[in-house]
Amino acid sequence: MVDIAFGPEPGKRPDPASASEVYLDMVRRKRMYGGILLVLFLALLASGWMLADQRNAGGFWNGLPQTPDFPAEVLSEAWANRANLPGLLWSYIPSLIETLNIAAVATLIGALMAAGLSLLATRGLARWPRLIPVFRRTMDALRAVPEIVIALVLIFVIGGGPVPAVIAIALHTGGALGKLFSEVAENADLKPVEGLSSVGATWGQKMWLGVIPQVAPNWVSYALLRLEINVRASAILGFVGEGGIGHDLKLAMQWGQGRYDEVVAIFLLLFLAIVAIDRVSDSYRHRLVKGTL
Amino acid sequence: MLLQADSVTRLFGAKAAVDRVTFTLDRPAFLGIIGRSGAGKSTLLRVMNRMTDATSGRILFDGTDVLALTGPARRAWQSQCALIFQQFNLVPRLDVASNVLHGILNRRSTLATMFNIWPEGDILRALSILDRLGIAEQAPKRAEALSGGQQQRVAIARALMQDPKVILADEPIASLDPMNAQIVMDTLRRIHDEDGRTVIANLHTLDTARRYCDRVIGMRDGRVVFDGTPDQLTTGAARDIYGADASFSESATSTSINALPPDTAYAEAMVRA
Repeated sequence: MVDIAFGPEPGKRPDPASASEVYLDMVRRKRMYGGILLVLFLALLASGWMLADQRNAGGFWNGLPQTPDFPAEVLSEAWANRANLPGLLWSYIPSLIETLNIAAVATLIGALMAAGLSLLATRGLARWPRLIPVFRRTMDALRAVPEIVIALVLIFVIGGGPVPAVIAIALHTGGALGKLFSEVAENADLKPVEGLSSVGATWGQKMWLGVIPQVAPNWVSYALLRLEINVRASAILGFVGEGGIGHDLKLAMQWGQGRYDEVVAIFLLLFLAIVAIDRVSDSYRHRLVKGTL
Repeated sequence: MLLQADSVTRLFGAKAAVDRVTFTLDRPAFLGIIGRSGAGKSTLLRVMNRMTDATSGRILFDGTDVLALTGPARRAWQSQCALIFQQFNLVPRLDVASNVLHGILNRRSTLATMFNIWPEGDILRALSILDRLGIAEQAPKRAEALSGGQQQRVAIARALMQDPKVILADEPIASLDPMNAQIVMDTLRRIHDEDGRTVIANLHTLDTARRYCDRVIGMRDGRVVFDGTPDQLTTGAARDIYGADASFSESATSTSINALPPDTAYAEAMVRA
């Protein structure tokens, strides 16, 4: 065995003393590669610096010290009117609920869309294996277009309000979740699917009974994560005229001085809502993945 | 009942997994297929159930070429021709009775399935099948909570729920202990004797084939090299099927409890201690 491994001549056997030498050599070489990469990175950073500075419209260096001015102004005014805050928080609750509703409905519709698209785009499960690339590219396209672009187009076509916001977020969610759902479904055990296939079940029956029970915990977990993201997205869409708390925030900020206490109240409310969703979905997702539910 | 396989061939690349297999069953029988791993036994059963497409050949069942069926007709044939798997292939997260009910999926609409609506008569029939196989009390449990032997009996119950004319069993006892293996084989034999259904089983032990089958087909490299009664299956014939030399001894890998030496030696050692 030894002869087979190291050759018959004693001279070809590795010298035990030089083994450490070989390792040190390897360490030095790796360190040198790392150093070269670092130097290259710094050189690229430095060469782009001046270009980036020139492209700055208003002068980056002059503006930099003024950056904290606006937050400081907002906070000081809000602090002066801090007695108003509880009342303002309460008054913005309805808009917050509208924002949350937009996010929830959009997540639900988007997740349903993602479920269908992902099963059609997963190798081994697809109804029409040749059309997998078509469904994959569809999801890519849905994911590539930001919500705000879809929303702006829809506002132009069907006017503002919560419905265009729901459509915009749902389309983006369908693409984003579809990709994640498909990755989960790819790892699903195919044995139950084969079993159902052998009794003559249709594709829908195979998916519903053989795949969905397996992937449901992970899918729900991803959908809850997406709900958090969609609450933020729905607040942002308020800025372009989709209603909800984002719309109020935009009005308050445009007004300028005098309504900064409202700005702070809205930010606070949004922050609290996102923290609450994060806490609830976190514990729920934990239980789902651990399988104690 | 007439089942006629005519030059059934399945190629994977240039290699024939099943090579011009021809046999005829003119009445319900318990047919065993033996052969070493990779001989094409599983592929043949999967071709018969239409899980895998054949490259060429015909399988006539009562005059219909089942290999030529497509779409709903193909699924209807699958419901007539149940397949039992080595790894059971149940839905692990659903309960046992639901898994048995899956046997009639071919007759149920997808929409009714989604809302989990089953006719009460079918539910009662599923429970009575479970009762017949001696696992009625497991009906509400999740399939994954059962032992291997119990899961295989659930798979057989699902097959019976299909009310099939032919039951194909792909190594039904290969992942079971000897005790459960015997229960499963006895069950399959009973289904053949009592219901008159044809059972075609891939088996990996010769003693099982000898004890349970009316007829044995031996496959080697995709071809049928033996077709006869269990009595004709001599050690010499078995060596041909498995491509083994004189050192081959079937008792070396036997999983039958009866094949073990008597326990007198163990008893003596215990007495002396």
